[in-house]
Amino acid sequence: MTAVTDEVLTFDEAMAEFDPVLGFEVHVELNTKTKMFSSAANAFGDVPNTNVTEVDLGLPGVLPVVNGKAVEYAIKLGLALNCQIAETCGFARKNYFYPDTPKNFQTSQYDDPIAHDGWLDVELEDGTVFRVEIERAHMEEDAGKLTHVGGASGRIQDAAHSLVDYNRAGVPLIEIVTKPIAGVGERAPELARAYVTAVRDIVKNLGISDARMERGNVRCDANVSLMPKGTAAFGTRTETKNVNSTRAVAHAVTYEIQRQAAILKAGGSIVQETRHWHEDTRTTTSGRPKSDADDYRYFPEPDLVPIVTTPEWIEELRAQLPEPPAERRKRLKADWGFSDEEFRDVVNAGVLDEIADTIAAGSTAAAARKWWMGEIARLANVEGKDIPELGVSPADVVEVEALIAEKTINDKIAKQVLGFVAAGEGSPRAIVEARSLAVVSDDGALTTAVQDAIAQNPGVVEKIRGGKLQAIGALIGPVMKATRGQADAGRVREIVMEQLGITE
Amino acid sequence: MTESTELIRLTALQMAEKLRAGEITSVELTQAHLDRIAAVDGGERGIHAFLHVNPDEALAVAAEVDAIRAAGGAEAEALHPLAGVPVAVKDNIVTVGQPTTAGSRMLEGWMSPYDATVVTKLRRARLPILGKTNLDEFAMGGSTEHSAFGNTRNPWDLDRIPGGSGGGSAAAMASFMAPLALGSDTGGSIRQPGAVTGTVGAKPTYGGVSRYGVIAMASSLDQIGPVARTVQDAAALQELLGGHDAKDSTSLTEPLEGLLTAARQHDVTGLRIGIVSELKGEGYQEGVLERFREAVTILRDAGAEVIEVSCPHLKYALGAYYLIMPSEASSNLAKFDGVRYGNRVVPEEGGTIEQVMGATRAAGFGEEVKRRIILGTYALSAGYYDAYYGSAQKIRTLVQRDFDEAFSKVDVLISPTSPTTAFGLGEKIDDPLAMYLNDVATIPANLAGIPGISVPGGLAEGLPVGVQFLAPARGDAVMYRAAAALEIRLEEAWGTQLWAQAPDLDDTRSTQPAGVGTADRTAGGENR
Repeated sequence: MTAVTDEVLTFDEAMAEFDPVLGFEVHVELNTKTKMFSSAANAFGDVPNTNVTEVDLGLPGVLPVVNGKAVEYAIKLGLALNCQIAETCGFARKNYFYPDTPKNFQTSQYDDPIAHDGWLDVELEDGTVFRVEIERAHMEEDAGKLTHVGGASGRIQDAAHSLVDYNRAGVPLIEIVTKPIAGVGERAPELARAYVTAVRDIVKNLGISDARMERGNVRCDANVSLMPKGTAAFGTRTETKNVNSTRAVAHAVTYEIQRQAAILKAGGSIVQETRHWHEDTRTTTSGRPKSDADDYRYFPEPDLVPIVTTPEWIEELRAQLPEPPAERRKRLKADWGFSDEEFRDVVNAGVLDEIADTIAAGSTAAAARKWWMGEIARLANVEGKDIPELGVSPADVVEVEALIAEKTINDKIAKQVLGFVAAGEGSPRAIVEARSLAVVSDDGALTTAVQDAIAQNPGVVEKIRGGKLQAIGALIGPVMKATRGQADAGRVREIVMEQLGITE
Repeated sequence: MTESTELIRLTALQMAEKLRAGEITSVELTQAHLDRIAAVDGGERGIHAFLHVNPDEALAVAAEVDAIRAAGGAEAEALHPLAGVPVAVKDNIVTVGQPTTAGSRMLEGWMSPYDATVVTKLRRARLPILGKTNLDEFAMGGSTEHSAFGNTRNPWDLDRIPGGSGGGSAAAMASFMAPLALGSDTGGSIRQPGAVTGTVGAKPTYGGVSRYGVIAMASSLDQIGPVARTVQDAAALQELLGGHDAKDSTSLTEPLEGLLTAARQHDVTGLRIGIVSELKGEGYQEGVLERFREAVTILRDAGAEVIEVSCPHLKYALGAYYLIMPSEASSNLAKFDGVRYGNRVVPEEGGTIEQVMGATRAAGFGEEVKRRIILGTYALSAGYYDAYYGSAQKIRTLVQRDFDEAFSKVDVLISPTSPTTAFGLGEKIDDPLAMYLNDVATIPANLAGIPGISVPGGLAEGLPVGVQFLAPARGDAVMYRAAAALEIRLEEAWGTQLWAQAPDLDDTRSTQPAGVGTADRTAGGENR
């Protein structure tokens, strides 16, 4: 990797003198069954160059056909981003030679995007809402995937050879472009993360993308420029490409602000260019110069006819939209009666859906939060997994609750049961059965254990008889030990009092 | 004449009739054409209409048809009317099992893994495919001299061009090597070769025939159509080829029907025919205009109402065409870079991907192709787009409006197909502008997306002249009706078809001296 020699100011120094202006281009890979313009499967992780037809390889004579489902998804996303939907729109060819592009042009929308002029309200961590204006959302096709073999930089220029996988070529994409975002000040990194998270949540909620950033389903290019405080003319921007996690977007914005501020403060000027993001060092390095003179020789794609969206169709799709994530959160918070802090923790832990589903299946809000934010979160932390990936389902939690309610198990056993569920041993009830974890409710066995405890702890008994009822706890411990934790603590207490002939 | 030479001089529909009646077999018919190809296509003075001949598969398909017919029953009944009649395919249309070169070194030896939709239709209808016909490289040219694999000769005069880009298909008609062929027409590549070889070529309404599997030159102008010797044969073949194709978004959803029926109807009483003022006069050879005026007189005498109409923007059509066509072509041909298929040229000391792409394209494309790619790249460039591509699109709209206006007054338009008869080989090869002017009368139909057909109009100084009919979009039937009406009356006047008067090639080949434009063009042989 190129050595990083850029001077940077601290973030606070940068903010003292400059106001950042941001802009985002987020590419969303759609999860349609087939590709944007061909009948090849749109699937991730298959053997290279198997999900291709003659169209995806750009063989002589082929023609594209627009995937109707992708258009539907684009309209839904446009509506979710509060955009205008174009009555008619078309595709254009973006001409450039590169081996990941089989036709040496990308079929994209150019001056007539399907959705334009929208907005998205983004909630920052403290609940502040910031409105991001959306310029456009347009459809296009993905390029193939290049792997450069040999060479130090991992780039095509000095590779010994390069491998290309056209499975990704032609995968439907929607690119969402914001208008310039000014006035966010020092909260720029936070906004960057919140915006990309919001877009990811929306496309996931719409069901139009798998929305997994680590697989490149959602990719972000972050534009950053600075202007001296008190001025209003935008500075020269850089575009940091392919920042592929919400956290990295915040880091990339932070770094670019610090780097650009150092250059500007030293009297230099910013080069308009693309920048590469390096996750390991959390820095960017220079990519290729990018100017407005980049000439892609766009012209209308003559092999396709215009897409016409009727008002009836748009309304039909609007009616299918799920509740927007932000509104849903607002509603759920009120319904569940969580405090601001409790609710934010739930959102940040990524278990909103799990808790909602658990409640929908019959649990109380408090119980659902207790399990998901308590033992399950702890197990996930130990395993180093995200909570939703642990393998515990809302149905499992509801079943655990039921087992407790019917006194088959107690809280302590319930925690063990959840661990076994996470380990893939089956449903809670099956685990309780298989591992004989049901609490001992046979009074005969419990009474024997209590009598043993009384006989072995005369001092404690003395205290209880003397009126210190809280000392009963000291007898419950040995009983629990004798029953390997499977006794119901409440029942043990009752039996102790019966045996000692006292009442509360 | 031997029996088999008589057989190949029949029309395609006559051949079909004889096959149905059991008078001949498809194997006999196909073999007769293969024999003819062997006799007249090869050698230094051969026609060189074919880049590849496909005898085994053609005879196998012919034998299948014969077997089905011999067995009788439902399957025989269900045979397509043209089943068993051989056909040739222009070499810019992809075929499984035969090479497809588009006349370019770039694709020399390339085998397509898929069939064009029109080829699938030929296979389903069981027409034996004789082979692939020569063309200007990527269909760019009007003389077939720009083929990377040698020029094709005009059967009427072996030292003249057969037209282009589809010179191979047209020459195959005129020399009886095939009764039917497929062509592609972007600015006249079906009609102009038809005109200069005394045969018939039709460009359907844009979208009437699927373009899937046809190597694109200019997508918004390209149209696939029939090449034949008679109007009825052309109509029958277009009916077979046409119809919506889900793989071509620009194909018409409703099929164009009743074409053969229209071509069998010769009555023109009350048919309104418009002479296009802008498509005659200056730049047109006098002999061409004489034959054209005779054709108009014949139609008027037959009861048509003939008036003169003006399409004032046609004078800008050629200029607009030579911006739109190269613009689209520059993008369509970008895929030929040596990365995925076709020839790859690696510079001696190796090279970067850009250098390999550059060397491949420098070696793989001929001069005319490079000229058009450079022109189109320039026309689409930032800062020039509005002045060139943008202005050309506006002209295109004005040309369409001119035709709309004209067709509000008349049913069909008539003009000469080409301003001149066939010129000599090599005559215009170094003068691209002179070559481009050949397309002046055919280009407007491509810009407007309307159908056009060329039919033989007689001879001027011993060489064929074509008469062109144009009709409104989706008006292919009335176009065939008007063309057939002229065709039958001219044949009555001559007592025979024009193509029946073509010189006997065996005599011509032995008596003509070596002509111009043959040096360094070793025709034939390639890809056989």
